[in-house]
Amino acid sequence: MEPARKKTKVKDIDRTIYDFKDKVNPSFEVKEGLTPAIVEEISQKKGDPEWMRGFRLHSLEVYNKLPLPSWGPPLDGLNIDDIVTYIRPKAKMSAKWNDVPDDIKNTFERLGIPKAERESLAGVGAQYDSEVVYHNVREEVRRQGVVYTDMESALKSDKYGPLVKKYFMKVVPPQDHKFAALHGAVWSGGSFVYVPEGVKVEIPLQSYFRLNAPGAGQFEHTLIIVSEGADLHFIEGCSAPKYNVANLHAGCVELVVGKNAHLRYSTIENWSKNMFNLNTKRAVVDEGGTIEWVSGSFGSHVSYLYPMSILKGEHSRMEFTGITFAGKGQSLDTGAKVVHMAPNTYSNINTKSISKDGGYCAYRSSVKIMPDAYGCKSSVSCESLMLDDISGSDTVPVMDIQNDDVEVGHEAKIGRISDDAVFYLMSRGISEQDAKNMIVTGFAEPVAKELPVEYAVEMNNLIKLEMEGAIG
Amino acid sequence: MGHPQYKVDKGSITFDGKDITHIPVDERAKAGLFLSFQNPEEVPGITLESFMRSSRNAVTGKPVKLFAYKKELKDKMEGLSMDTSYASRYLNVGFSGGEKKKSEILQMLMLNPKLAILDETDSGLDVDAVKVVSKGVEKYKNSDNSLLIITHNTKILEYLHVDYAHVLMDGKIVKTGDSSLIDYINKSGFQQLAV
Repeated sequence: MEPARKKTKVKDIDRTIYDFKDKVNPSFEVKEGLTPAIVEEISQKKGDPEWMRGFRLHSLEVYNKLPLPSWGPPLDGLNIDDIVTYIRPKAKMSAKWNDVPDDIKNTFERLGIPKAERESLAGVGAQYDSEVVYHNVREEVRRQGVVYTDMESALKSDKYGPLVKKYFMKVVPPQDHKFAALHGAVWSGGSFVYVPEGVKVEIPLQSYFRLNAPGAGQFEHTLIIVSEGADLHFIEGCSAPKYNVANLHAGCVELVVGKNAHLRYSTIENWSKNMFNLNTKRAVVDEGGTIEWVSGSFGSHVSYLYPMSILKGEHSRMEFTGITFAGKGQSLDTGAKVVHMAPNTYSNINTKSISKDGGYCAYRSSVKIMPDAYGCKSSVSCESLMLDDISGSDTVPVMDIQNDDVEVGHEAKIGRISDDAVFYLMSRGISEQDAKNMIVTGFAEPVAKELPVEYAVEMNNLIKLEMEGAIG
Repeated sequence: MGHPQYKVDKGSITFDGKDITHIPVDERAKAGLFLSFQNPEEVPGITLESFMRSSRNAVTGKPVKLFAYKKELKDKMEGLSMDTSYASRYLNVGFSGGEKKKSEILQMLMLNPKLAILDETDSGLDVDAVKVVSKGVEKYKNSDNSLLIITHNTKILEYLHVDYAHVLMDGKIVKTGDSSLIDYINKSGFQQLAV
């Protein structure tokens, strides 16, 4: 009788579907596991085409087989239970404005986020204003033949469905890692953008104007296709903390840059400080194409984020400018990856990180040059600023160079705010706090200047608030 | 000026009748003190122009009128033979030694302090630059403010009226005189003042 009793714990999981013979990470032992039945339910409620339904189920299988990462910040506190509860279509995200923590509300106030947007950002409801703005933006670009819509609509559309099928999770396959697989099974929401050949989109497209279903945003899928010779600047996210009761963000961004096309993808991510941000972003660039990443990572409790670029075509290029700010209680593991597959390709990675109040930043980069990729140039620079004795910063650069005819460089700098610099600014009447803010904002300048003014202003406000430790 | 690495263990500093020995650096600036650094810091990410504006706002406590400010900045830069494009460059970043010194004097002219301490302003400046800077300092000087000039080389003093001269050796003031002391030093050197 005893052995049978011991097995009771595992009995809750529907064993007919999968068999947990290997060691199970306790944090994933759930009362109701993520079962195919749930995934089927999601798929059915969404009205997925058959191929997507099959895709989700296949991803679930992959998810169950893959292990958790054995490196990076610990994932204690990540509770898949809650996630399962919230992705079930029957369960309502009943979050109300009153339930949103006060410090989040205060931050909205201090960042000057309009009331209408606050509720949307807090995931508590759709806003009429946002809908109107979104609608107007769409009209403008529609005239150019640009398609900008939500993923579900694109998936089901007769015209764009095939395009979605062609690219969906080909850039980031479910096999890539456990959370990519999870994403493949339960993804919901996100943007689909298609820019036809030769079209230059004049205004940056901004994702946070899109209408979000309550509680969405955790598993958003963004797919952007920029055709030959086209040009687009896409801005995802914003500086206001995105509050979500379910604390996992396992999104996926796939960018397809055509021949001689240009895509700039800017993000400021500021997830609320209870979040696990396990995002995957990847671009594939064709001959003569260019991808520019501008990335600001603030917020979230733990982040794993390494936007990756695959330089598939000759003369393709990648530029990455990023800043990561880790405050109290945060472990932000970020960086960038690039694979030079073709000859005469170019990459430049320029990142900055700031850690304060015991926050921890790890920077990981990977530059891979394939054997046939001669004539490439790649440079990586990483600068870290630690604002006190208790914060931490690590740099783990990796370079795998398989061709001799290339130029690759790496430089890393780590430091503190110089007392002399603070003294200098104070000698001109500036208070100590303002002097430190100015120095840190100055440090973040290379990222700020790549963003449109309103975003740069918001980012600088955000830095200021982080410096004051005013954000919960 | 209150550099954190220096501690006052004896004596006091009185400025304009007020004891400023222990007040923070920024408050000394607000009280009207200014220091032109010998080796000014480079501060990336902040332009000269926006820095100066923040500084003026902090010292005067009043908002800065943008147009008037920009014009004043431009005029003063031209008065110092400074390339006006430097206003939009990051503060002192990549400036030559001479340009850094001019940037210091420019800041002094824009802030109009009660007491300006010039620490070896002439070092690293060529003959023409010294003349230009001297003229700038001369323009600043009036009956309501004071200058404390630290120098090894008296060229910068040529155009200025000096009230007192002090010779500092091994941390002690060994001789005080009027401007004639300067001529004396120029002729006979410092050595025989060492007791």
